[in-house]
Amino acid sequence: MLKLPIYLDNNATTPMDPRVLEAMLPYFTDHFGNAASRNHPFGWQAEEAVDYAREQIAQLINCDPKEIIFTSGATESDNLAIKGVYEMYAQKGNHIITATTEHKAVLDTCKHLEKLGARVTYLQVNEEGLISLEELEAAMTPQTILVTIMYGNNEIGVLQDIRAISAIAKKHGALFFTDATQAVGKVPVDVIADGIDLMAFSGHKMYGPKGIGALYVRRKNPRVKVTAQMDGGGHERGMRSGTLNVPGIVGLGKACELARTDMEADTARISAMRDRLERELLTLEESYVNGSREHRLPHVTNISFKYVEGEGLMMGVKDLAVSSGSACTSASLEPSYVLKALGLSDDLAHSSLRFGLSRFTTDEQIDYAIGHVKEAVTKLREMSPLWEMFKEGIDLNSIEWAEH
Amino acid sequence: MAYSDKVIDHYSNPRNVGTLDKSKKNVGTGLVGAPECGDVMRLQIEVDEVTNVITDAKFKTFGCGSAIASSSLATEWLKGKSVDEALSIDNMEIVEELALPPVKIHCSVLAEDAIKAAINDYRVKNGLPELEAAKAHH
Repeated sequence: MLKLPIYLDNNATTPMDPRVLEAMLPYFTDHFGNAASRNHPFGWQAEEAVDYAREQIAQLINCDPKEIIFTSGATESDNLAIKGVYEMYAQKGNHIITATTEHKAVLDTCKHLEKLGARVTYLQVNEEGLISLEELEAAMTPQTILVTIMYGNNEIGVLQDIRAISAIAKKHGALFFTDATQAVGKVPVDVIADGIDLMAFSGHKMYGPKGIGALYVRRKNPRVKVTAQMDGGGHERGMRSGTLNVPGIVGLGKACELARTDMEADTARISAMRDRLERELLTLEESYVNGSREHRLPHVTNISFKYVEGEGLMMGVKDLAVSSGSACTSASLEPSYVLKALGLSDDLAHSSLRFGLSRFTTDEQIDYAIGHVKEAVTKLREMSPLWEMFKEGIDLNSIEWAEH
Repeated sequence: MAYSDKVIDHYSNPRNVGTLDKSKKNVGTGLVGAPECGDVMRLQIEVDEVTNVITDAKFKTFGCGSAIASSSLATEWLKGKSVDEALSIDNMEIVEELALPPVKIHCSVLAEDAIKAAINDYRVKNGLPELEAAKAHH
């Protein structure tokens, strides 16, 4: 029996893998020690578990276990990386380069630093969602201390050309930071081969627990340092104070281990389901995939169904848990800034749905989703004055709309 | 956000979806909103020219569930009312009936605008002066 609603919002968060939960449980009760307690076995046990998790994580992203700084999640990692670099390298310069499609945790951190005197360049993306390497190169200055470009986009799944971007940063003597929250555990990420100096990621986007994340900070070629944003006991090599969240860390470690062992098989299965979902939904007239289909995470598709409003559509697909680029609930009525950055008109941005699959998604669920979305889009189009005009051959741009 | 039962009912079983012949003299059409705002409502009324009573009302809406429900409810309320009575429908009555939350009040405003625009279109077609409210929109 198919259980409803079906969860297809795995870019927001993933369910935790039961194997992760199992690994974590003893660290809530039996092995509750503080990893910083050096004088008794409770502390040693906790420290051992944390060290083991560091190794599991290091193996997934090809780094040294000592290069992992534990945080509360990707938002904190983004803040620590950007603010920490800005403070630490203030003598070198004050220029940061990022892109308009970054996550708010990056964009708002940059905006915060602008108020403190930083100069920030926001690179535009093309209709595929990719930044231009030429524009990046042209934006580099001797004062550029940091280039921060996300690995895979949360709304459209687009993967930037990380190796080319990091090479440009390196050439100009700037550090390269990437928010890889959506990518780590989903696609092979190798901090050495990818030329990454700092990288943020979190547990709950890869079947691990919420409330735990990490920041990779390179220790050699070059040795990178960030100024701590949390003062206290000097944990995590002085970069992030605070008692370590041992069960969370154990969970993140286990999630990384599972990602490493299962990624190939998971990706083959998930991307086949995603492609089938996408293919079927594109048989609906006037439906379009947003962002690059070539450079993309394997589990995401973002589709606009023209002449149907996203929030109305979400209500129509009530048996599916998905996201929309329409922001009718917010006071601003502004649709997704990421979709708008691709050059989508507001009406198409309002008409989008994001589907995020996971290792727990089944073929049966995808079958149901296809039928459910097709039915809802068809029903809403019959109700849509815009669809009627389109069918009558009326150019919607020729109408003088009364904006409200 | 949770929708009220009435919004869900109107959304799932919308009343009076459809199109009236806008070339007819006794049909008034109101088209309000804009695609880039995520809301477009088209509301139409058919008026008995002798009694001045609205005999039929139809809508089509591009928008969220609350927008669809507001326009569906509006068509229900319009039928059987005289044109003058219809003019007095206030958006807050729609808000109350559908239990719309504050972020969705604009949907009811749009429905009221659509009613007024449809009535205005009917008036202009029949040689009556434009409504003040409609004029203000120009």
